[in-house]
This record gives sequence, structure tokens and C-alpha cells, in this order.
Amino acid sequence: MDLKDLYQDIILEHGKSPRNFGKCDKYTHQAKGHNPLCGDQVQVYLKLNNEKTVEDLSFEGSGCAISMASTSIMTELVKGKSVKVAKKIVFDFLNMIKNTSKIQSNDLNEDQKIKIMSLSGVKQYPMRVKCATLAWHTLTSAIEGTGKEVNTETID
Amino acid sequence: MDINSIRSQFPIFSKKINGKPLVYLDSSNSSQKPLKVLNTLDYFYKNEFSNIGRSIHSLAVNATNKFEETRASVKNFINASSKDEIIFTKNATESINLIATTFGQFNIKKGDEILITELEHHSNYVPWHYLRETKGAVIKFAPINDDGDIIIEKLKDLISTKTKIIAVTHLSNVTGTIVPIKEIIEIARKKNIPVLVDGCQSAPHLKIDVRDLDCDFYAISCHKVYGPTGVGILYAKRKWLEKLPPFIGGGGMINEVRKDKITYAPLPEKYEAGTMPTAEVVAFNESIKFMQSIGMENIIKHEKELTNYALEKLKKINSVNIVGNPKNKAGVISFTIKGIHPHDISTIVDEEGVAIRAGHHCCQILHERLNLNATARASIGVYNTKEDIDMLCKALDNCRKVFGLK
Repeated sequence: MDLKDLYQDIILEHGKSPRNFGKCDKYTHQAKGHNPLCGDQVQVYLKLNNEKTVEDLSFEGSGCAISMASTSIMTELVKGKSVKVAKKIVFDFLNMIKNTSKIQSNDLNEDQKIKIMSLSGVKQYPMRVKCATLAWHTLTSAIEGTGKEVNTETID
Repeated sequence: MDINSIRSQFPIFSKKINGKPLVYLDSSNSSQKPLKVLNTLDYFYKNEFSNIGRSIHSLAVNATNKFEETRASVKNFINASSKDEIIFTKNATESINLIATTFGQFNIKKGDEILITELEHHSNYVPWHYLRETKGAVIKFAPINDDGDIIIEKLKDLISTKTKIIAVTHLSNVTGTIVPIKEIIEIARKKNIPVLVDGCQSAPHLKIDVRDLDCDFYAISCHKVYGPTGVGILYAKRKWLEKLPPFIGGGGMINEVRKDKITYAPLPEKYEAGTMPTAEVVAFNESIKFMQSIGMENIIKHEKELTNYALEKLKKINSVNIVGNPKNKAGVISFTIKGIHPHDISTIVDEEGVAIRAGHHCCQILHERLNLNATARASIGVYNTKEDIDMLCKALDNCRKVFGLK
């Protein structure tokens, strides 16, 4: 395992300049996530329209390069997708990080697949998996609208 | 002090991490173990194992004697008055919980105050929080300044007629602050307030003399003192151990058990319920002997030199910001690097075989006070060398390279 597989250019770039950072206008859903092991915090803001499409998606928070990049990439990939597809992408991402190192989804274009795959190296660093997955669990919580804070120590 | 001979006593230093020689800078978290400690564990289980205490067969007698020999060594190590004042626990966390629980039962009522500091590890806060929850106690935090020193005048001001106990660390596991606990204890003495000292970080690095300090309670985790996991020490003045109720109930801590009445064993057994970590306690004697063979003065001198060397080298790296600048600093160096999160630092230096810790180090209150989410921490043990510090600096250079920072 090479460090370059973990810290790919895409990750470093997104970590440094995260996309969709801040509260988006007129968000309808939000959720907080917290990783008590390292203190990472993330807040996801989501605007769902009547057709159940993610019209806008943004986040605030602080964390390591992996967590910032993962969150940034997530907002890019999920924006504009239907809730159904968004959930599939989340499932696919978590499956990639934890099990397969691969992306099965047909809902992403080649460019998007390259982006999401840039995070696959995290699988080789078990202590860093939660850095990458926090925002994705938080997105699920926001979509479901339970208002429950996501805590990395109490999820799988 | 012959550093090569010290290092050669630690088998782990012959191991490679990610193909590189191990540079272990996480001793505040837990220390590595010398071979004699490991061999004693092995030998005891293979040749001498028996439960201690009640049995009168030869193995049990021998095991009991060895167990008690460690107690005597600990007594001398911290200069307690009596072996009866040395209680074996699971770790310092349990030692503090023991006092928080029993002292709380004995002496804490609604509105009573417990004074701790902003430097404390969670293990010297959470047990007292239970008394806030169950008894309505009030917890006050003596503030620190930006250097990471406790502001003694403010601590004094926080003492009131309701203050029932002061609990304070001897050495911060984040800033490396060596706390002037003798001064704090003298302040407390004048007001007749008992003091618990969290000695987790100090025990391996400072000379401990509980009689000179005149503290009421002193907590130690043996795994940080070149000893096995699963053993902790609580030193408590005899008057407290006699006065306070027992902690965990069960075998070994009783005198007589009747249907209508139970009486408790004399000290120290009153506080040692159930089967103890026998082999680990026996092996811990070798940890003390290891430290004594080097000499505490030599350990302090070596670690001081190394700390100064590390601070000097780290300060030369522009992007490194060292957390805290206490008057007296031990070999615990927390730092941040602008533009790189501590977790990323830890992962990257690990590739070079350098083991440091990243996070809040069980000190969320302190990190909040310092406006930090997380820090990276390099902490020194007696086995560390200047080469280890050089390797750390080299690995930190690599962090900046990976992140494309100048």
C-alpha cells in the first residue's frame, strides 16, 4: 500500500478547496455528524423539491483531508439526483469503502466514478474508514429527516 | 546512561513497521515493555502460577509472596509510609473511580464542590461527573493560561467552604505541563481539603514521593510505567482507606460473611475484590527494577535533553505549531501543522515507522480551551533517542511533501 493511493491528487485538492461548503439556500433537511474519536464534525444541508430530487446539497464542518474530500465529493455526486438514486450511491460508496473497493453503480458517469473511486484506498487504512464515511451516514440521516445526530461510534 | 543497552532490553525495537525501524513516540499513551517484564509473565504462568490469598499450598504461598513483593516495591518507589496504603487496581482510571465512588458516598452531598482543572484527562473528570449526576455535586474547573499552566491564583479563588476534594493531574498528557502539585496541596492543606493526584503521566518520568507531596490519593497506570496492562495503583493515606467504604464487593475483600452481616478485610485487601491480575502484578516488580537500574535522576536527565532537542528541532519547522509553553515541560509534545489535519499527519508518519498519536487525547475540555479540534502528539520514553526525533522531523517533512506544502 502506497500513501499515494490514499492521498490521491483529487483528495488533496478537494480537501484543500471543498465544494459546496456552507449552508445552501432554503435547505429543507439537515443533519449533524460527529466522530468522537478525532473530533471531526460535519453538518449536511439538503434541499429536496416536490419531485424528491436533491436540488441542492452543501456542508459545513472541519476534519482531516480524507473527511473533507469525501464530503465534498459526496455533495458533487449526489446533487441533482433523486432521493432513490442518492440512497443507492450512498450504499454503493459504503460498500466500496468497507467491502469491495469497487463501485457498481450505473448512476454515475465516468468522471464521477473516477472521483468516488479516488476514495477507495481508504479501505486499506481501517483506522481512517470512519473519516470517509461520516458525511455519507449524515446525508442518510438528513434524507430520512430523523434529526438524529450521527455518531461514528454507534454505527456500523 | 547507556541508551543502547536500554533499547536492547525492549524486543519490540527489533521489529519493523511498514518495513521501517520502529520509532515509538507514543509512550504517553502506553509504554513498551522490557524483556524481563515479559519473561516474568511467561515464567510465572509456566512455573509458578496459582491464585493468591487463601490457599495454603506451596504454589499459592509463593505466588502470594511475589505479589506482595511488588506491593513493597511500589511502596518504596513512591515512598509511601506503609504497604497497606498501596491498592492494586485495573488502571489509574479505576483508581480514580474508586476514590470518586467511595469518597462520594462518604462525603459528597448536593451542592458540594469538586475542584478539577482544565488540564484533566477524561479519567479525572468523568468519575467526578457521576457525582454531579447522582449527588448533585458541582464541578469547578481551575483555568489554565495559554501556555498550558494552571493559574494558581484562580484555582485559589475557586476554593470555597463547599469544596470537598481537589483532583489534579501531576503532568498533562497534552501540553506536558509539570503541575506544581506540591504548591496546590499546600493550598488545599490550609483549608483541610483532600487532594487526589492523577499520576498517570508523571510516574514513569518524575520522582514520586507521596509523603513529601503530602497528597491524599495518587493514581498510577502500570502499563505506562514499562509494565503490563491490567494493573493500576492507588496510593491513599491510611486514614482514608480506613474511613471510606469498600468499592467493589466480592471474594478476598471480606472478613466474615453472615446472612445478616458482612465485615470487611483489613487493608489493603478491603479494596482488592476478586482474583487480581496476579502475573501482571508480579511482573510489574521488574518494571520498577528496570527503572531503578537506570536511576530516576538519569531518566529525568535523558528525557529532559531529548525534550529540549525535540522542541528545538520542531520549532525550526515553520509550519509546526507547538501546543502550550509551560514553565516546566516533560517529554509530551503536542503540535499542529498548518494545512494538515493531525490524523493525516499520523497516517503519513506511520508509513515511515513513526508512531505518534492524533486526536484530543481524552482531553476535550483542554482542546476546547485551546480552540483546537485535535492535535498530533509525540511523547517520549526512556528508550527514545535523538535519532527518533530526527526521524519524526523527516517524516513531518514528508507530510508537507504529500500535501504539497512548502
